[in-house]
Amino acid sequence: MAELTELTIRQAHEGLKKKEFSSADLAKAHLEKIKKEDKKINSYLSLTEKLAMFQAELADKKIASGNCGELTGIPCSIKDAIMVEGEKCTAGSKILESYIAPYDATAVKKLKENGSVILGKNNTDEFTMGSSTENSAFGVTKNPSDLDRVAGGSSGGSAASVASGMAMYSLGSDTGGSIRQPASFCGVVGLCPTYGAVSRYGLIAHASSLDQIGPFARNVDDIEIVFKAIAGKDRLDATSADYSYKKSDENLNGLKIGLPKEYFAKGLEKEVENIVRNAIEKAREAGAEIVEISLPSFKYALACYYIIDPSEISANLARFDGIKYGLSEDGDKLLDVYLKTRGRGFGAEVKRRIMIGTHCLSSGYYDAYYKKAQEVRQLIKKDFEKAFEKADLIFCPVSPFPAFKIGEKTEDPLSMYLADIYTIPAKLAGLPGLSLPAGKIGKLPVGLQIIGNHFQENKIISAASQIEKLLS
Amino acid sequence: MISKEEVKRIAALARLELSEKEIEKMQKDLSSILDYFDLLKKAPKETAEISAKDMSSLRKDEAVNGEIDKTGKLAKAFPDEKDGYIKVKAIL
Repeated sequence: MAELTELTIRQAHEGLKKKEFSSADLAKAHLEKIKKEDKKINSYLSLTEKLAMFQAELADKKIASGNCGELTGIPCSIKDAIMVEGEKCTAGSKILESYIAPYDATAVKKLKENGSVILGKNNTDEFTMGSSTENSAFGVTKNPSDLDRVAGGSSGGSAASVASGMAMYSLGSDTGGSIRQPASFCGVVGLCPTYGAVSRYGLIAHASSLDQIGPFARNVDDIEIVFKAIAGKDRLDATSADYSYKKSDENLNGLKIGLPKEYFAKGLEKEVENIVRNAIEKAREAGAEIVEISLPSFKYALACYYIIDPSEISANLARFDGIKYGLSEDGDKLLDVYLKTRGRGFGAEVKRRIMIGTHCLSSGYYDAYYKKAQEVRQLIKKDFEKAFEKADLIFCPVSPFPAFKIGEKTEDPLSMYLADIYTIPAKLAGLPGLSLPAGKIGKLPVGLQIIGNHFQENKIISAASQIEKLLS
Repeated sequence: MISKEEVKRIAALARLELSEKEIEKMQKDLSSILDYFDLLKKAPKETAEISAKDMSSLRKDEAVNGEIDKTGKLAKAFPDEKDGYIKVKAIL
């Protein structure tokens, strides 16, 4: 039998049902592996061992009474920007270094209700701002495929933990590409759901018109299991939609797949393109119709995003003032408390984005930046609306390049921002996207991005699952 | 290139204390990022008009009652408190 840490959710579920092993066995095997091997990867910021063993015991009791759901007793990890009650939640920031989450995020609460076992909290770029976890105040997460390279970000810890057998699945969050890009870099499946499909209650806010929680897993089947469990309306997140997942039997045969020509242009590394095109060719052989589409406003997406995102950040992160929670630096006056707490608590990228956002929203600049960006966002949305008149799903790369070397892009923020150039447009339109491992350049994994129309995760999952089989 | 004074003005608005070194780096980074934003000037205009409604197509304000026991947990996170209230420095 395979090692307990190598099983998929489905395999582990079968094993638990047949009493081949217990949930406690699964939890222990994972915790041991983490303690032994995570020093070199740094995918976890903290372990929640007591909670995990308590949940495993609970799960074993449930299973003994014949009550074994698909996630009952399955060990997972949670990005450290998503709250697990009573456990530390740092968001990768010094300003929240000793913050204890006072309640569960709704997605976490749902996992708990499904009998999940939470092993620990994953590393992330500070406040989920970044594409490599190099912005984490607690060190970079290394890519399990090549320790000299980044795991991607911001949910790099989540992706790396799933890729290296230190969690069977993980919850991350995606604001510009923070699930899809690390999934691609680490060779796991990552789903960024439609805006509103999963409650963000208990996710530490980055940019509220973009933030979305979603799952990482080792195959598409597992992604479906987790997504099903966390999706749906939550009265504590007014933007959450009245939605429940329904399986789709959409067949590749006859499916119209759109290839946006702007995504296959200059800037895309040739070897990445070859891998993505190979996956598309497999779909074509299976009967899919390939149609070229155009997203003419693609070229404005990155600039649009880097105005809207920092603008929302500058407002959202105003709450970190040293008064209500987190780090509090002393000062003579109230203003000094604010300045010192924020000056010392925030890292370079967070400060940079707060500054950009503050500038873009400030009097005299608002129209030129924020309002203009909102207009361009509408153009991008319309591009996708038109594209989905011609295509059922859109196939494209996740990132222009595979995992890059640690330190390669830290000096030049703009070059780092480019890592998300293919994930940002769909996000600005609130669309769901999945990264599916499609091949490797040497030992470096490359993902295929599958974008669907709003709330068509089921179509994405159905197509991804068929392509996964064709590629294996 | 935006000026050091401009960087300091934004930092004050953003309630961020920046060191001299940070100000210099910020001057460089912000300048290149803001230059990049100029790209948006080329974006088509006429079809892009959006109404105020589009920009705030949000929900009505409504009160959602929280759980009572959460209040106590939130209070535990206060850096400085007195009798369950947040303690803040005098403003005047």
